[in-house]
Amino acid sequence: MWQFFHKLGSPKWFFGISTRFMPWLLMSGILLLMAGVVWGLAFAPKDYLQGNSYRIIFIHVPTAFMAQSVYIMMASAALVTLVWRMKLADVFVKAVTPVGLVLTFLALFTGAVWGKPTWGTWWIWDARLTSMLILLFLYGGVIALDRAINDEKSAARAVAVLVLVGVVNIPIIKYSVEWWNTLHQPATFKLTEKPSMPAEMWVPLLLSVLGLYLIFGWLACIRMQTEILSREQRTRWVKEFVMKGKV
Amino acid sequence: MNAEVRPIVPLASSSVGALAAMKGVFSRDMKVAFRQRQDLLNPLLFFIMVVTLFPLGVSPEASFLREAGAGILWVAALLSVLLSLDHLFRHDFDDGTLEQLVLQPQPLFLLILAKTMAHWMLTGLPLVILTPVLGVMVHLDGNSIAVLCLTLLIGTPVLSLIGAIGAALTLGLRSAGVLLSLLIIPLYIPVLIFGTGTVAAAVEGASVGAYLALMGAFLVLALTLAPFAAAAALRISLSNG
Repeated sequence: MWQFFHKLGSPKWFFGISTRFMPWLLMSGILLLMAGVVWGLAFAPKDYLQGNSYRIIFIHVPTAFMAQSVYIMMASAALVTLVWRMKLADVFVKAVTPVGLVLTFLALFTGAVWGKPTWGTWWIWDARLTSMLILLFLYGGVIALDRAINDEKSAARAVAVLVLVGVVNIPIIKYSVEWWNTLHQPATFKLTEKPSMPAEMWVPLLLSVLGLYLIFGWLACIRMQTEILSREQRTRWVKEFVMKGKV
Repeated sequence: MNAEVRPIVPLASSSVGALAAMKGVFSRDMKVAFRQRQDLLNPLLFFIMVVTLFPLGVSPEASFLREAGAGILWVAALLSVLLSLDHLFRHDFDDGTLEQLVLQPQPLFLLILAKTMAHWMLTGLPLVILTPVLGVMVHLDGNSIAVLCLTLLIGTPVLSLIGAIGAALTLGLRSAGVLLSLLIIPLYIPVLIFGTGTVAAAVEGASVGAYLALMGAFLVLALTLAPFAAAAALRISLSNG
């Protein structure tokens, strides 16, 4: 157990192992996402109230789900950075912040596109939308702080503090739909209950969420590898890797 | 323990209790602030001027101002607290006092709490005292003004406490002012929403107890957690060199 823990802290070990499973992540991710999206967009039944416009759910829900999930992962990694000073944890935070930013933007964008035909407006200042916008600002702030500090180590730790402080926003987003009476519908999936939609709708949705999760995993790995190479460029194994092309 | 790592000029030795040290930091900050009175006045003048911009820029109609007044005052107070945050650690950082503070045997978060309390007494509290006058100018009725003052009284310490984290994180960076706003405004939004929500409920004649309880919860949360985050951030910024 402790050996595994120490290995996990070694960038070289991570570089080697991630190269091995990255193709699997990408392949299965693309397969699941394609299956989910194609099934959802072309074959799932029409909604009796919203017609075909509801089909954007197969893109909106995965991105919105991932946007929050990425932040929670970042916060866990930030805690690891502050407590155990593990190198890989702050590499992870730095690598996935822009991904989280883009996912949050996509969730807001697809939400606006969906809002136009169903609510009759692109944007409304409701709790869920506003708190997602705050999440977007938080991601932006994390990137700005990281860029402003030159020293790598203190940048990583300052970012970790900021990420942990921002965590208060996550429960607000999660429960905003239940606490306030808003236009936004409640969560689609709950661990404890059956989804309120037929299986032909929620199965493809679940597939695309899982697919996006796997693709995110691949994206995180490849961004972390790039970051590791640039941080460890003076070490022997990186030089050897660049010369020979393998670890 | 060898002699080199000991603080050169001990502000307080380890025999001084944490409370006494907090009192020392607090009274020192107040004394320093009252020797530069103009710095105390500036955020207040800024507050008044921002409030003036809205009737001139949007509409001087009493009906509009009555509806938007609480929001205008809250936004103006938020901005003027934001503007004053740069002073919180900057001078002490420049002349090295802050490093001495970090080296004290008393827990750093308590000393930061004392500094933040001094900051609130010097910026937040005067804003609350000034609010009734400006409230009359934006045509709020007496009851709404009272509720508004109460929300600002609970809300501005939260702003100072959250702001301390941002000020500690951006200490000694290039363009710290803009960066500070970028980091802190997202965290200020919930306080703003509940602050103005309370007044809106009071205007409609609804009960404000639940809103005030939530704002009190924000205050307790900020009071207990923010000093720890600010202390951690301060240590990082100082080790940055």
